Amino acid sequence: MAAIEVNHDYHMVEPSPWPFVGSVGTLIMAMGGVFWMHHWTPWVFLAGLAIVLYTFFAWWSDVIKESTTTKAHTPVVQMHHRYGMMLFIASEVMFFVGWFWAYFDGFFRHSDVEQYARVAATGASWPPTGVELFDPFHLPLFNTLILLTSGTTVTWAHHALLAGDRKGLRWGLVLTIALGLLFSFVQFTEYREAAFSFAGNMYGATFFMATGFHGFHVIIGTIFLIVCLIRAERGQFTPEKHLGFEFAAWYWHFVDVVWLFLFASIYVWGSWGVAVGHGG
Amino acid sequence: MADTTHLEAHATGHDSAASHDHHTPTGWRRYVYSTNHKDIGVMYLWFAVIAGIVGGLLSGFMRMELQEPGIQIFHGLAAMVYGINGDAAVDAGKHMYNVFTTAHALIMIFFMVMPATVGGFGNYFAPLMIGAPDTAFPRINNIAFWLLPPAFILLLMSFFFAGPDGANMNGTGGGWTIYPPLSTTGQPGPAMDFAILALHVAGISSILGAINLITTIFNMRAPGMTIHKMPLFVWSILVTAFLLLLALPVLAGGITMLLTDRNFGTAFFKSDQGGDPVLFQHLFWFFGHPEVYIMILPGFGIVSHIISTFSRKPVFGYLAMAYAMVAIGFVGFVVWAHHMYTTGLSLDVQRYFVAATMVIAVPTGVKIFSWIATMWGGSITFKTPMLWAIGFIFLFTVGGVTGVVLANAGADRVLHDTYYVVAHFHYVLSLGAVFSIFAGWYYWFPKMFGYMYKETLGKIHFWSMFIGVNLVFFPQHFLGLAGMPRRYIDYPDAFGMWNRVSSIGYYITFLSMLVFFYATWEAFRAKRPAGDSPWGDGATTLEWTLSSPPPFHQFSTLPKIDSTNVH
Repeated sequence: MAAIEVNHDYHMVEPSPWPFVGSVGTLIMAMGGVFWMHHWTPWVFLAGLAIVLYTFFAWWSDVIKESTTTKAHTPVVQMHHRYGMMLFIASEVMFFVGWFWAYFDGFFRHSDVEQYARVAATGASWPPTGVELFDPFHLPLFNTLILLTSGTTVTWAHHALLAGDRKGLRWGLVLTIALGLLFSFVQFTEYREAAFSFAGNMYGATFFMATGFHGFHVIIGTIFLIVCLIRAERGQFTPEKHLGFEFAAWYWHFVDVVWLFLFASIYVWGSWGVAVGHGG
Repeated sequence: MADTTHLEAHATGHDSAASHDHHTPTGWRRYVYSTNHKDIGVMYLWFAVIAGIVGGLLSGFMRMELQEPGIQIFHGLAAMVYGINGDAAVDAGKHMYNVFTTAHALIMIFFMVMPATVGGFGNYFAPLMIGAPDTAFPRINNIAFWLLPPAFILLLMSFFFAGPDGANMNGTGGGWTIYPPLSTTGQPGPAMDFAILALHVAGISSILGAINLITTIFNMRAPGMTIHKMPLFVWSILVTAFLLLLALPVLAGGITMLLTDRNFGTAFFKSDQGGDPVLFQHLFWFFGHPEVYIMILPGFGIVSHIISTFSRKPVFGYLAMAYAMVAIGFVGFVVWAHHMYTTGLSLDVQRYFVAATMVIAVPTGVKIFSWIATMWGGSITFKTPMLWAIGFIFLFTVGGVTGVVLANAGADRVLHDTYYVVAHFHYVLSLGAVFSIFAGWYYWFPKMFGYMYKETLGKIHFWSMFIGVNLVFFPQHFLGLAGMPRRYIDYPDAFGMWNRVSSIGYYITFLSMLVFFYATWEAFRAKRPAGDSPWGDGATTLEWTLSSPPPFHQFSTLPKIDSTNVH
């Protein structure tokens, strides 16, 4: 049968095994997660995780091929991708809203008289009695500066890319990645020196989960930037078309902004007028 | 739509995939590897049918149990499953009742209504109605569907693992709202973890689907289809997708806290460690209230088209109808705590939530009255889809009115957690959302499958179900007002009569579902060709310009919209 003439610029994507494979991996990972949490075995989870990670790799490899080889990413398709990434980041923002909500529930409502058990546990104060906080202007401030600086280096890389300056792109990316790794290392150090624990108290739960999920996003963003560096070295970005890089930069800025809110509300505001430890 | 360009409307369903040399995928790969919005939409619909059967059967056990005071069947079920007798069987049966209640709700919400409305009809018809060849992200579309069977499997697996402590206590019995501490220390077994991860996976599916649909609607409208010419169903899917995108991540956060509280020792919801169980309710309902609009908004869109088609008139007040949905979606985000009036919220907070909730009645009223005004003076034909649509308006209005009652914090003191609430949300959902799904099913069945169903069977299905579900749920208003609490396996004798009526209603509904399955089977067997536009001149949206079923890839030449009369 003769093919119908196509008079539009949309990308009619070929059938792909990856969505189904990824779903099966997700099922195995979730089942394995329950098995692991109930102390049976971690291996089912890790097998599922491996399938999911491989799916990411294979799926995105296909996307890159469609961009570079098939030339499927017309201007309208690129606009799809921009919408998609913005919406994904919007959903990520709402995910963090949940963690901030939990933190501020402790911050503002730790002394609600209706919940007397809670008041007894917090000592009607926030941070709860017995919780020694970090000095916000020690390691946390250092990490703030790291992330802010990394925001400028990634912009440097972007401008270099736009100007066709390959060397500037490379070094901008390398520096950003290095700053991302440094952030993770400093956060790891900070966690090790925390004077409160993850388990057994509301403060530790909200602190570690909120900053922990942020830290996890920093690691994802760093990997995203590393992928961009590899792609840049392979010459896959042109001054006109480099969506992968732009999305990595958007994501990096998003992670940066989340950190600023964490720093301002948990570290600074949370420790306002409270005696703090030296913070590592 | 006289102004659309001529399309490949009469091409068969087997055209090759656009510019590529590949053939249309066949066999299992066509569906498992699918990147076709219509195939994915159809998979969503059949998945919803299967989940609906499971969820509907679970409620059958509940109605049989509640038919008479005392324990009727669940001790027997427990005896069968666990091989135990006497009091042990009764105790296990009580938990099993809770498991069935919980699973019924989760299945009907996440695996029946949402896949049918957003996944099924949204995927199939939003691209057709905006004149797009497919969705923006076909692979993401496919994973959004294929994550649902794993989520469903996880939920079903939870039946077979321990829930609360003690022997013979399998399954999650914490209610679909999974409030701690019942969902943490109350049910320490793996069953709850399976249910939580089922919600995580279903949530990822919905977020990905939402990203795909929003991008499609914003960026793939045919030339000339401005946002204010977009069909109302597309508007409804757009608003719904935004609600999904912004509400589900908050639920994901909340249930992640449940997981860590359960398994890693965190104290989010543990009062004695400084946590706050009410925090979970806030996070849950910040998702949960938009969720009820997620379930009903696509129905609003479907019903608008059906009322217009069978009244042979454009929808009354198109722009108001569109922005009423936007308003409902927006206000839907700031009313969540009306589910929590009895949790010790301060009076000021309660006053705010009463007022904000009442506000929703305004845009909802705009919709109800506009549907009536659309019918007013129209030449109405009472085909099956129209019956379902009118049934929807009638029953949704009943549910809406009881919603206004419940919005009052004062009245809610008495009615909270009673059967009045059960009656209310079943009127808006199982008589509202489900009626809109059946309306859409009969309206679009000829388009999707190319065959005409038998009008008589459709009408028998409608009337039997209309009688059945009203018998199930209307008496529950009386039970609730009389003080019968929800989620209990047993009740005092005084509530006997209306419970019996309610159960009889279930059996009628069950029979009407058999009519539905027969009608569907009959349509596929008889193969009466439907033609491109079986509903005549009243059906003006773009899907009716295509063949039935549409070609594998439609709109290879994009239609041009220059008429103002597209909605």
